[in-house]
Amino acid sequence: MVTRMKILIIEDDIEAAAYLAKAFRETGIVSDHASDGESGLFMASENNYDVLVIDRMLPRRDGLSVITELRHKGIHTPVLILSALGQVDDRVTGLRAGGDDYLPKPYAFNELLARVEVLGRRKGTPEQDMVYRVGDLELDRLSHTVRRQGREVPLQPREFRLLEYLMKNAGQVVTRTMLLENVWDYHFDPQTNVIDVHVSRLRSKIEKDFDQPLLRTVRGAGYMIKDEDRPSP
Amino acid sequence: MNRLRVLFRTTAFRLSALYLLLFSLCAAFLVFYVTAMSEGLLQQQTRDAVTAEVAQIENIYARAGVNGLLRALERRARQPGANLYVIAGPTGEILAGNVASLQPGFLDREGWTDEPFRYQRYTDESRKDSHVALAHVLVLDNGLRILVGRDLQEPEKFRVLVRQALMVALGIMGLGALIIWFAIGRNALKRIDRMSDASTRIMAGDLSQRLPMSGSGDEFDRLSESLNAMLGRIEKLNEGLRQVSDNIAHDLKTPLTRLRNKAEAALAHKATNTGYRTSLEEIIGESDQLIRTFNALLMISRVEAGAAAAEMNLVDLSQIAGDCVELYEPVAEEQALRLEAAIDPGICVSGNRELIGQALGNLIDNAIKYAEGGDDPSIKVSLVPGDDGIMLSVADHGPGIPADKRAGVVERFVRLDESRTKPGTGLGLALVEAVMEMHRGSLELADTVSEAQNNRGLTISMVFPPPSA
Repeated sequence: MVTRMKILIIEDDIEAAAYLAKAFRETGIVSDHASDGESGLFMASENNYDVLVIDRMLPRRDGLSVITELRHKGIHTPVLILSALGQVDDRVTGLRAGGDDYLPKPYAFNELLARVEVLGRRKGTPEQDMVYRVGDLELDRLSHTVRRQGREVPLQPREFRLLEYLMKNAGQVVTRTMLLENVWDYHFDPQTNVIDVHVSRLRSKIEKDFDQPLLRTVRGAGYMIKDEDRPSP
Repeated sequence: MNRLRVLFRTTAFRLSALYLLLFSLCAAFLVFYVTAMSEGLLQQQTRDAVTAEVAQIENIYARAGVNGLLRALERRARQPGANLYVIAGPTGEILAGNVASLQPGFLDREGWTDEPFRYQRYTDESRKDSHVALAHVLVLDNGLRILVGRDLQEPEKFRVLVRQALMVALGIMGLGALIIWFAIGRNALKRIDRMSDASTRIMAGDLSQRLPMSGSGDEFDRLSESLNAMLGRIEKLNEGLRQVSDNIAHDLKTPLTRLRNKAEAALAHKATNTGYRTSLEEIIGESDQLIRTFNALLMISRVEAGAAAAEMNLVDLSQIAGDCVELYEPVAEEQALRLEAAIDPGICVSGNRELIGQALGNLIDNAIKYAEGGDDPSIKVSLVPGDDGIMLSVADHGPGIPADKRAGVVERFVRLDESRTKPGTGLGLALVEAVMEMHRGSLELADTVSEAQNNRGLTISMVFPPPSA
């Protein structure tokens, strides 16, 4: 890892914030903490963070207004909204206010971590690549073809999008809900292991005739596609 | 006394008082108008008669001179009910006639007297008795003054009579209004009192009470009827709420207790690192299940409260159905089930894509969960437009649900005994029901009809209202 990611957590629950800071530190992410909306807005405006994690309900200034104010000032740091409200309508209002991602409370830390990492990287890398490569696997976004070691791997359209999302975030953990949100564009809880079944189908297609496994299951978190021979980018 | 004050405050009383006032004013106006008109008419008649007589007298004077005139007036004055006649000298002293006294200087001006005047007759017993009359004064060329008048006693009597009649009529009207108002107002008040007594009892907590109905179908009955319907709805909601809180107590406390027990057990045993790890993982699993239940509950109440109704737009139902089938198809296959789709393309409804997707997902998930063990391992998702609405159905060939239990399974936390062992929150169908209610549609449960003889299995249909409606 070249540069350490630096994030700001705006959360009024001191205990939760301390837990998050410690957990992020263990994964190599530096975090600052603001315990109310006003100081959060000030810190986010004055410093250069990679990601802002903002609770929706904050004292002195609520989370959504912090985001609106930041965007108004021309600060486009990616924002992840944490909310204890119901997610049917709340997600829409949150994203409309300028948030980039949304996570209902209570959440698993792995879920938060995966999302923060994806958001933080989005800031740096352009999405303009037409071809994604992980090891000997190659995905051409223009012609919608996938090749491994030069041999074409036939995929269904949904499998293609699943692989595309995984490869776009190669080297990073992608959770099941992230896959459902980004590949299927649904935000509900599918109750069963639907995503796992889709991933294992995809895995059998891209790994069946090859020795080198690419698609890893990360226990308690999700999936990651990575070339095991080389360190992550 | 207090009751009388209440009676005064009733709308019935106020209205009747207002009407009484209005009608009295109208009646008074009418009577005054009529008497004024008839009085004017009578005066006019009197004037005409006097004018004719004056003309006659002038005639007689011209023909027979003073003596003839005097004779003629003598004769006329003696007739019963005669007019008034006065002959006076040029200075005003009364020479002859049937009038005892006049105001002095009354005869100075020729022509009509300005207004009715008072006079006394010879026949009057006391000096106080005076009459009212209208008269014309004629001055002859020899200076004699002749007054011809006519008594106004008759019109005056008429006017007094009419006024009296009006007073009596007003009195009767007032009395009648009072009686009617008292009867109506008291009756209304009594019924209102009964209704407020009943509502007091209801407020005290007895929701099974209903407002009394007289059975006459009048406005009070209609009011009671709609209030009773409202009470019925409240009672039902209240009952539902109590049931839900009982269920919440059970369905949330049970996993919480398990959670606590697991944590305690982990602490009590001198466990190894891996032992702790398993316990903690189990605890996380339990809390996830709890979170899931909470989320579902929250979601149902948000949907029921209409929070997501603002996020409704035209959505492609065919695409949502296709997405869901595609999403669940591998899971079904893993369970050795076949997920088939018969989806008419291009069907759009006004709705919330997320919620419809979640609802259909719940139905397919249920079908996969319960369909195993059927003879026919297929689950069919179909979308067909119909006259009664757009049907989005999931048909399985599992054990089905007995007809008498179908209404119950959509309730929160209701799970049939056979399914208690399966994972789930017991909230899936409740959410689907809430989503359909939000879309002004309905949820229908039926047997799966198939070619095979035994129509086993359940078909759940989300019925959306037809686009035109």
